[in-house]
Amino acid sequence: MNVLDVQGLTIRTEEGRDLVSDVSFSIGAGSRLGLVGESGSGKSLTALAVMGLLPPGMTASGSIALTAHGAPPAEIVGATERALNGLRGRAATVVFQEPLTALDPLMRLGAQLAEPLRARHGRGLRGAALRRAVEEALDRVRLPEPGRIARAHPHEISGGQRQRVALAMALACEPALLIADEPTTALDVTVQSEVLALLDTLVADRDMALLFISHDLAVVSAVTDHVLVLKDGTAVESGSVADIVGRPVHPYTRDLVGSARHLESALERIVR
Amino acid sequence: MNATAVLTAEDAGFAYRGAPAVLHGVSLDITAGRSVGLVGESGAGKTTLLRLLLGLTRPTSGRILFEGAELRPRDRELTRRFRRSVQSVFQDPYSSLDPRQRVGRIVSEPLCSLGLTAEAGAEGDGSGARGGRALGIRARGARRDDPRVGAALEAVGLPADAALRYPHEFSGGQRQRVAIARATVCDPRVLLADEPVSALDVTTRVRIVDLLLELKESRGLTIAMVSHDLSVVAALCEWTAVLEYGRVVEQGDTASVLGSPSHPYTRRLIASVPRLPAADGTAG
Repeated sequence: MNVLDVQGLTIRTEEGRDLVSDVSFSIGAGSRLGLVGESGSGKSLTALAVMGLLPPGMTASGSIALTAHGAPPAEIVGATERALNGLRGRAATVVFQEPLTALDPLMRLGAQLAEPLRARHGRGLRGAALRRAVEEALDRVRLPEPGRIARAHPHEISGGQRQRVALAMALACEPALLIADEPTTALDVTVQSEVLALLDTLVADRDMALLFISHDLAVVSAVTDHVLVLKDGTAVESGSVADIVGRPVHPYTRDLVGSARHLESALERIVR
Repeated sequence: MNATAVLTAEDAGFAYRGAPAVLHGVSLDITAGRSVGLVGESGAGKTTLLRLLLGLTRPTSGRILFEGAELRPRDRELTRRFRRSVQSVFQDPYSSLDPRQRVGRIVSEPLCSLGLTAEAGAEGDGSGARGGRALGIRARGARRDDPRVGAALEAVGLPADAALRYPHEFSGGQRQRVAIARATVCDPRVLLADEPVSALDVTTRVRIVDLLLELKESRGLTIAMVSHDLSVVAALCEWTAVLEYGRVVEQGDTASVLGSPSHPYTRRLIASVPRLPAADGTAG
């Protein structure tokens, strides 16, 4: 059973321009799909459409079916806000690129993390039990001193730590599908590799479906097994990471892989 | 220090008022023909060091030398020579170009503010005689038909009519080309660049790296570049300096620093670079 099933997704602006046209893909429980493309290719819009979070004025057509743990598939396109709210968190959650804007600057991190935890475990979760749940959630994303971090505000911790908190919030509801939209692009290289490794184990442990969005093929290939290449809102090629990177067919994919290899080659010559 | 160095950081340090130093005793030479890559994490002091070298910030300890003489904003003659020799390109091509000026005007700006317009504009509205500061404000100046503007645009691969258009009419990669044209129009010896390609898409990034390589070869331009992308540094720079917590922990030939790093941080940095699986499908 697929957790996410997208068929013929088209996203149109008010002026009638298609920003995403006829994109189809599906992700099963425990599998991972990378959405790759350059700026303006429609990667992030696709992710927002899956969450039912398209900006005002944009409309989606086609079908997006989300299946949360054992529930019947729910259709996202055309769903009411109320129905969507029931799905967000449980069926799917997102981690965005910039954790500084994803977190409320005026709220302690523990209080922010408590919201999805209480949504999941009920209003009865409070006091010492809530504190314990928050610290456990922070501990799961390998944050040291969870007690201190829970009391801190977002600006008091580093970018990598903030992204871990965002990840802990996304995982608090134990979603069937995790969408990661450029989750490591704002991070330093060394931190990036740590966060990617963490994401890898967390998703594997929970048998979650992962939709991983990035402009960077090398990053995508570190995390996912399958890739869908988007260009100007259209899917140009899809396949396993090994095929796309090793034997790209579409001219655009070839250009993308070729560029990445060309850049890498200078370093490859030195670092062996 | 080194006699051939264009720019030298001599035991340079920097601290914001009342705060601990963000840069400690950095010594670095920018020598003609030897491009330098500054690598390290965010907060390591890369950009601060670049700002010191650009003369935008004065070091709170140590000195910055230009052709062996200490950079002093009061020394107009030296500052003018410095501005002509050392130009800069920043990370974000969207915020570094004035949206209300045509590209021709943007690119001719260094010619105006350096007072290099006199020999081109024959009628000369006193541009040669006036001080540089007055020119910067007043000069309608090195008009867009200045042949050097056209040549600079052509050198970065933009069409001739680009001069008549506004920045918003260009893509990110093209805007970065405009920024590079502006930086190279007065034929500087050193280009200081802060993450010049990191805001660009991969395919565009390759083209801008190739453009910088070409400028290095054809004009003998020396690049000093902050970058978190080691492959870009490997492609463009002969010398690499690694910064951690405001100190240079390692510097040397790029081949030896990246090829056989001696500092643990450099090793960690290199190991963290995400790589594509091998081309022949033998990815492990």
